[in-house]
Amino acid sequence: MTGDVLRVAIVGGGPSGLYLAESLMEQNAVRVHVDVFDRLPTPFGLLRYGVAPDHLKIKSMARVLQRILNDPRLRFFGNVTVGRDLTVPELRERYNVVVYAYGASQDRRLNIEGEDLRGSVAAAELVRWYSSHPDAAAGSQSLTRVRSVVVVGVGNVAIDVARVLLKDPGLLETTDMTPALVAKLRESTVTDVHLLGRRGPVDASFSYKELKELTQLDGLDVRLHPAAPAPTHPSDQPMDRNEQLLRDLAARPVREGARTLHVHFFTKPLQVLGDAEGRVCAVQVEELDSRLLTLDAQLVVRAVGYVGNELLGVPLSEVGVVPNNVGRVTRDEGSLGEYAVGWIGRGATGVLGTNRSDAEALSALIVADAPHLILRPLCGTGVTGLLELRRIPFVTQEGWARIDAREIELGQLQTKARCKIASWTDLVSSSQHVPVPSTVLGKAAEAVKNGGLAS
Amino acid sequence: MSYVITEACVDVMDKTCITECPVDCIYEGPRSMYIHPDECIDCGACEVICPVSAIFGDFELETPAQERSLGRATEVFLQIGSPLGAKRYGPLSADHDEVAVLPHKQG
Repeated sequence: MTGDVLRVAIVGGGPSGLYLAESLMEQNAVRVHVDVFDRLPTPFGLLRYGVAPDHLKIKSMARVLQRILNDPRLRFFGNVTVGRDLTVPELRERYNVVVYAYGASQDRRLNIEGEDLRGSVAAAELVRWYSSHPDAAAGSQSLTRVRSVVVVGVGNVAIDVARVLLKDPGLLETTDMTPALVAKLRESTVTDVHLLGRRGPVDASFSYKELKELTQLDGLDVRLHPAAPAPTHPSDQPMDRNEQLLRDLAARPVREGARTLHVHFFTKPLQVLGDAEGRVCAVQVEELDSRLLTLDAQLVVRAVGYVGNELLGVPLSEVGVVPNNVGRVTRDEGSLGEYAVGWIGRGATGVLGTNRSDAEALSALIVADAPHLILRPLCGTGVTGLLELRRIPFVTQEGWARIDAREIELGQLQTKARCKIASWTDLVSSSQHVPVPSTVLGKAAEAVKNGGLAS
Repeated sequence: MSYVITEACVDVMDKTCITECPVDCIYEGPRSMYIHPDECIDCGACEVICPVSAIFGDFELETPAQERSLGRATEVFLQIGSPLGAKRYGPLSADHDEVAVLPHKQG
């Protein structure tokens, strides 16, 4: 077996997929070749399109993922949708191992009335918008009519959304946000953001660090509702530090004219209310003791978790994951050589580092299974030929390097490290040899001129 | 910004933090672990998992001894630079001088 090469396809070029590639390439028991497919023209998944733009230090993790991508035993195929451009059976025929690592990008729904009114959106949609994801329609969000926002959820995504909406847009100029996006946030009329948690502070899933960062924003008031929530744990235990932090903040004197973050615990949304034009205007909620309350809201964001998407040819369980046993995909027909890792395998939980330890464990499992996997008969021509035949303009490592260089160049025009290219076509054309359309550079320069870089 | 491993780690070295770190920036010395301040991406995963609460964000250091841990971490890596990966670099040959002379913990 030592002379044989294990051919591995990884569907999804985010942290989980790339960590798995790294683990497989680091071990010495089996020789591997890894092909990573991503539906986007760019790698790094949620690091690029989920981690908030102002978390620059976390974004610097890209250098670690980039080093994995540079390994000569790995090929990157961006802009390739598995299930459409290449089918799952086609991958299965060509690779000893197929790993699903495509994450969970579908929002969990609230299942309450009014959820689909205009102005009621999934956090995923808002995150894609402020991350310049190519799927986000340009100008899809306008904050000029919004004074009050209700965010349902008290996890880190809810915190990110609240922070981006409440932060001084001037502080976002040095991020990779496009000037057009920063301009949108400058136009924002948001003064109040309400976070709704069904249960108490101890059960809230935000991390202390994220909460602290949010509450330390300049000019921000924090109000806690109810003002002194009943203890949710025995009194002999020390108070949770999230709860302690919230109580300390709520005790600060109220200032007039400041933007305000309202944190509501033991509060569940009952109904999203609309105006005559079918736009969101309020959210009716039920507080502790069954008290009803109506919160003013021109934007409602549901941030109550993510579930996996359906990918043609891959099973999806009721809870939105690819059914698997410690990473081995389980399905009725044979599934030897099929694995799932990251959010699509375990559900949308855990932090970036969780994916690294998970990937290491799955790599060990694949290596243990390798004697069986290597015997799977493979057939079919290489995927490169197949993609070329189908005229799929796939993006390789070199293509990504061109996009990367272009974004850094665009950033330099605005004296910052990077400015993202937002549209699908501009990303793909930047990846090719031809020069980037002048419109992209022109738009950036124009936005700079129009005060995108004021102050 | 960076997370910092304080003296509570000395002679304990549980090392669970290593498996949580997404960038593999926690290096192993003979008696203590050290976070590389330039490689740390500030995610906080190690802090939550540390069983002896030895890890702090540099924004929440409270005592002078904790503050000093950050200085030590910086000094430990002055000679080494940034290897970008503790696993491939391997263990550090020595602790920071100030850690090396600490009295040994019982146990």
